[in-house]
Amino acid sequence: MSRPKQKAFTRVQVAGAVVLAAMSTAFLLAQAPPGPATPGAPPAGRGPGRGGGGMGGTYNPRPPAAPAEVARGKALYGVQCTFCHGPDARGGESGPNLWRTVTVTNDMKGELIGKVILSGVPEAGMPRFDMTPSQISDIAAFLHSFNVGGRDVMRDAPPNLLVGNAKSGEAYFKAKCGNCHSVTGDLKSIGTRIADPKTLQQTWIMPTPPRGGGFGLGANAALNVPPKTVTVTMPNGQKHEGRLDRIDDFTVTLIDDTGSPRTFLRNDRIPRVEVHDPLKPHKDLLAGYTDDDIHNVTAYLATVK
Amino acid sequence: MKNMKISLVVFTCMVSAGLATGQGLDPATLLKPLSDSWPTYSGDYSGKRYSALTQINQSNIKTLGLAWATRVTSGMPAAGGGGRGGGFGGGAAAVPQIVAGLGTGELNETGTTGRSSRIVGAVLEVDGVLYPSTPDNAWAVDARDGRVLWHFVWKTRGGTHTGNRGLGMWGNWLYMETPDDFLVCIDAKTGKERWHKEIAPLTEQYFSTNAPIVVGNHILVGIGNDLDSPAFLTSYDPETGDVQWKWYATPQDASDPALKTWAKLTASKYGGGHMWIPGSYDPETHLYIVGTGNPTPAYTTQSRGEGDNLYTCSLVAINVDTGKLVWHFQTSPHDSHDWDSTQTPALVNAEFGGKMRKLALTATRNGYYYTLDRVTGEHLVTGKFSPTANWASGVDSRGQPVRIPSKDWHVAGALVSPTNAGATNWMPPTFSPDTGLFYVTTEDSYSMYYLTELDPRGAMGLGGKQEMAAGMMGTFLTAIDYKTGKVAWRHQYPEASAWGGTNVGHPLMTTAGKLLFGGDPGGNLVAYDPANGKPLWHAKVGDPSNGAETYMLDGKQFVLIAAVDMLYAFALN
Repeated sequence: MSRPKQKAFTRVQVAGAVVLAAMSTAFLLAQAPPGPATPGAPPAGRGPGRGGGGMGGTYNPRPPAAPAEVARGKALYGVQCTFCHGPDARGGESGPNLWRTVTVTNDMKGELIGKVILSGVPEAGMPRFDMTPSQISDIAAFLHSFNVGGRDVMRDAPPNLLVGNAKSGEAYFKAKCGNCHSVTGDLKSIGTRIADPKTLQQTWIMPTPPRGGGFGLGANAALNVPPKTVTVTMPNGQKHEGRLDRIDDFTVTLIDDTGSPRTFLRNDRIPRVEVHDPLKPHKDLLAGYTDDDIHNVTAYLATVK
Repeated sequence: MKNMKISLVVFTCMVSAGLATGQGLDPATLLKPLSDSWPTYSGDYSGKRYSALTQINQSNIKTLGLAWATRVTSGMPAAGGGGRGGGFGGGAAAVPQIVAGLGTGELNETGTTGRSSRIVGAVLEVDGVLYPSTPDNAWAVDARDGRVLWHFVWKTRGGTHTGNRGLGMWGNWLYMETPDDFLVCIDAKTGKERWHKEIAPLTEQYFSTNAPIVVGNHILVGIGNDLDSPAFLTSYDPETGDVQWKWYATPQDASDPALKTWAKLTASKYGGGHMWIPGSYDPETHLYIVGTGNPTPAYTTQSRGEGDNLYTCSLVAINVDTGKLVWHFQTSPHDSHDWDSTQTPALVNAEFGGKMRKLALTATRNGYYYTLDRVTGEHLVTGKFSPTANWASGVDSRGQPVRIPSKDWHVAGALVSPTNAGATNWMPPTFSPDTGLFYVTTEDSYSMYYLTELDPRGAMGLGGKQEMAAGMMGTFLTAIDYKTGKVAWRHQYPEASAWGGTNVGHPLMTTAGKLLFGGDPGGNLVAYDPANGKPLWHAKVGDPSNGAETYMLDGKQFVLIAAVDMLYAFALN
């Protein structure tokens, strides 16, 4: 089979150039980390590069850590964190890029990073780790030690996702999403409520319920997504309904309307169990999207201010 | 064929000479089909994970009950490492603690949350003794009642501690790979170190998780590295630890004909393809048949060129006597999603096209299944077992999926199935000759892949992209017909979410008792009917973390499962 001579990379370079020219103020604001900003201070944690620039210090508001501290943190990170977050902390098998995680960029000496280490992020699949305060500050010292390279414009400014055609997106939305959603109803001013295009895109593709699920972007206050529910029908016809807590081939647990969990043993098909997934229409649509459809709908929803 | 016969004779002589003074595991035992013991990663060389034991079977499975349970405790002895003798009973003598290694001990994980407390590999069973392992830790455990006999801990210098797939055994010696890249030879009787050899430099960020595979007088050792690096399989002498040969997965010099599948030598040299999961072995052809990992850089592939990037993401057959490649079949040409093809193949003698053939069966992380001739590498069947997989436009005349480059990633996101974890992952499949079906746990899921590294040089290792989950369609116990590559049936795990990390399901085992064992996402060890996937028996063990195994002692068949740091043995009541 012949493959395209010119790799898709050309497309990316063009897109990147367009992005930089078209970067809007709103977009930059949307990217700013939450919490109090220091006027005039450059964003923390930005600008790790490939060396040679010597401007890293400009971007790191923290006093430099002792080399021994960084070395200890590096070794400990290598043992406990590398598999998921990658050896350079820019993301690995399953964990996000720590260079751009606000927990890290806003952290000074482990006070924010430590909370995540000790409690984990169960909904994102991150386990908790037992570490001492000095181990946490060593890890923090190592993570903050990356801000030493040349300034990298590309990494400072994430590329614009709004490359789609809003008009085509509107037509697609009306055809495929209009049965359940309306930009004057449940999605009113969605482009304002979710200002970051990537968050907007991930959210409309698969909105994650406020609790449970554990798959997707995580809880989003801008949304009201109902949880999965389950109906358990006993052999005598009695029905039990509630929010689905857990289910496997042998048990099902629901949370009834008093907030109490109820567990039923399952034996083959008795009792009868029906799970109702409010996100089923979203899942059913996945196989039919082209990437252009996705980018167009995102471009459209971003205009719904 | 002539050469083959000669080497078989040589092989037998070497085995006898090497074991004249010892007992323990005779490598010839490894040539037998899986039955009373579990002396190597897959139980036997075939990778079928099909046990001939029938004491536990469909007619009596309902009476399978707990025989014993034991917790093993990882970490340095001062931190409480070791393991209680006699399972939950008190009063037993202290467990001998053997400490070795070049680190200080400060980096060794302690406590139950670390990966060093999680058994995710094979537990060898030889002569009534079990040998479980985790990163830096190994134990000997009485297979009859779970009493811990000794605990070995390796003081680590560092390295990714993600898991340990088990030990290898030759005579009285055990072989363990450590995260800080040593092959350690341990006396099985005492737990004491005999020697250690450095497999690769830790400074290049290699880490070792694999189970060494013992073939004759070869210890076959694969390693891992998530950054751009040369990938190699090393054969060691079991007695001295001397290197016998090294096989590289990618071209290391200009004379290699595979170089034309790469942009240039500097790319191929560090092109990855790590063999981090054991392969299977065919004693008749002396071929070690093993899956290779993803090429690197994994996502921003421009430095690799447009070629296939051989021999990454391939099933390769290496002659164990020479260390030379005999055949290869690439299951993912020019992979661009870190979808390793390291899955253990099942070597099967079965009817195909009207005659008996010697086959190799494999289902890979990219969502495709393959049947090959294991003598020649001839491609016979390709099937797609994950219906959502959308990264290929079809299958070409060579039987290989045709990648759609626009599904690599996009600055504004490309919707791709499967996710990085894959449609399956390292979890070993099983094959039952009773049903003629190949079983594997699978996942149908989507992610958005965003390109984040716009530098034309791309990123290193796994960098340069952001993957964000977009939809979990379902997780399954999947049965595949090796003759057609078609899915015979799937048992969906109800409403299960993603397993997380590189866990896509569970290792599986079938038995001649017409049973199919595996963990499920609800935390159960389950025995299914291999004909249709119907659950017949289960026990909620919490978090089954390795594959079910079985062995026979004193006329009693045991089924063993690890759940994190617990070992549970079941037998008929």
